[in-house]
Amino acid sequence: MTTADPQKTTAVAEKDPAGGPAPEGAGPLVELRGAGKSYGNIRALHGVDLAVHPGRVTCVLGDNGAGKSTLIKIISGLHQHTEGEVLVDGTPVRFNTPREALAKGIATVYQDLATVPLMPVWRNFFLGSEMTKGPWPVRRLDIARMKRTADEELRNMGIVLDDLEQPLGTLSGGQRQSVAIARAVYFGARVLILDEPTAALGVKQSGVVLKYIAAARERGLGVIFITHNPHHAYLVGDHFSVLRLGTLELSAARSEVSLEQLTNHMAGGAELDALKHELERAGGVDVEALPGAPDAGEPAGTPSEGTA
Amino acid sequence: MDVTQQAAPAADTPPASGTGQRDGRTRQRSLALRLLARPEVGVFLGAVAVFVFFLVQAPTVRQGSSMATVLYQASTIGIMALPVALLMIGGEFDLSAGVAVISSALTAAMISFQLTMNVWVGVLVALVLSLAVGAFNGWMMVRTGLPSFLVTLGTFLGLQGVNLAVTKLVTGNVATDDISDMDGFDQAKSVFSSSFHLGDVQVKITVVWWLVFAALATWVLLRTKYGNWIFAVGGNKDSARAVGVPVTFTKISLFMLVGFGAWFVGMHQLFAFNTVQSGEGVGQELIYIAAAVIGGCLLTGGYGSAIGPVFGAFMFGMVSQGIVFAGWNPDWFKAFLGVMLLGATLINLWVRQSATRR
Repeated sequence: MTTADPQKTTAVAEKDPAGGPAPEGAGPLVELRGAGKSYGNIRALHGVDLAVHPGRVTCVLGDNGAGKSTLIKIISGLHQHTEGEVLVDGTPVRFNTPREALAKGIATVYQDLATVPLMPVWRNFFLGSEMTKGPWPVRRLDIARMKRTADEELRNMGIVLDDLEQPLGTLSGGQRQSVAIARAVYFGARVLILDEPTAALGVKQSGVVLKYIAAARERGLGVIFITHNPHHAYLVGDHFSVLRLGTLELSAARSEVSLEQLTNHMAGGAELDALKHELERAGGVDVEALPGAPDAGEPAGTPSEGTA
Repeated sequence: MDVTQQAAPAADTPPASGTGQRDGRTRQRSLALRLLARPEVGVFLGAVAVFVFFLVQAPTVRQGSSMATVLYQASTIGIMALPVALLMIGGEFDLSAGVAVISSALTAAMISFQLTMNVWVGVLVALVLSLAVGAFNGWMMVRTGLPSFLVTLGTFLGLQGVNLAVTKLVTGNVATDDISDMDGFDQAKSVFSSSFHLGDVQVKITVVWWLVFAALATWVLLRTKYGNWIFAVGGNKDSARAVGVPVTFTKISLFMLVGFGAWFVGMHQLFAFNTVQSGEGVGQELIYIAAAVIGGCLLTGGYGSAIGPVFGAFMFGMVSQGIVFAGWNPDWFKAFLGVMLLGATLINLWVRQSATRR
């Protein structure tokens, strides 16, 4: 993660100085305006604004219970929002099933990946959208074409597999994640929602997945990257939204926020400061050694939370 | 502000592309190992072993007519083992499969005889009833989310009682009346229970049906969308639903397929014996399930084949008849079966583990 290339970074920053609309001038693919969701009398999400542009990675960060899952469930059609608006291509929508969201080009790669471990890679790739040939009574799977296409698509995403017949379960976690992403990209996703794709992965495998996220962005997809790891988010993100207790605590473009600030927001930001003051008053705690607030101007410590 | 952790836009390092390039981390496994990884190979070897064993032990088995008997025995189990195996690959059980056979046969017999109609009417009504029982099992399971074990245990007990009670109510007896002189009987018998000569050996038609159904099931399982869905709903139901597989349709139709199998075997029994004993069929469901498991189907679903249960059913037929041909006490059959079931399952497990190990 420390192999930084400053030139590349500035290139990214220049391309998107304000984190605003994409260079093509196209509007956001998906936009949330004051969206919220209540389950009975529990308000899981409230007043969230979010915009997903083509060729941009929007990172949604937050601790457990911050409302990340609720947010993606609204966008992916598993749940309906109870306040505000969800717009796709500028038109308000209300999805009843994931299929409707899929039809609009919004594909979600869930944590469990929606794959079947015992089935071969190519069958998993086309599951639910199989290619067939022949007239009805003898309509059959076009196995050769499916295998060829799956292989091509996986290679385009940089995944090289020797044997597409091997059960998906024999692949590593990162590879499986990548197959799921490649599948979503192939089936016409314009917006890719990734639900904590790096949560259960090791350092190297996380790198693999982040590479595919970047590859998906380069293909012009809008990516929503849900994570609780600010380091992973900062490596690929163009825009960062931090959720906290169901509301948006931070919404900033890459140029407006540093990794330290992001980490600090993730870790509780303002709350941590208050805690620090309390500890100071209580005495006995070496407050100077604690991670500082972003405006303190001193190098902030890096909480290890979330690093896989 | 010294930011050391900056983004390295990874997409600038182009993903590997171009065909022919290999990962290089996996070795091509030997042909033997790849063969062993197939679900039906273990049971095939087992079937060959049992066959050779009885070939040596019981000289009568070497005659063509004995072989025909073995195959006939196997076919009556095998025709039902096929849909039961597909259902098992789809992740579910059907404990009512055994008594459903008798329910179907009873329905056809009683409708035809009591209403004095062409037997084909009874046959069709029985088909509708069998499919309905299957649909009910599937629908109940999908709607309530109860395990299929419980739902079909209920159907099993229910049908068992209904079989006895309704038969007694309608015929005043525990068996149905002989329908061999009814209209259309000969025609129906030629479909469900005739035999033909192959050289000088008389072969039952069910053997042909069995192999035709097995070929069909194999094709559907491996070469069609529906087959893909069967593996998917058995392997991971939620994932399958998330990618757009019609899980409810697949599960219910699999139960109805078992209903179809029960109907077919029921019709065979009816037209082979002209009458049906209402208390039969109990325990058969476990034989079908055992044949499917011996045939390499995973109890938890998502893995298996249609050809495996063919060999599984053959093993059953071979052992049950082989014991008779060898002149042993047939009481040993079940004991033999138990050993065979455990042995086959262990061999399957071992084979799969050693063959799929990376």
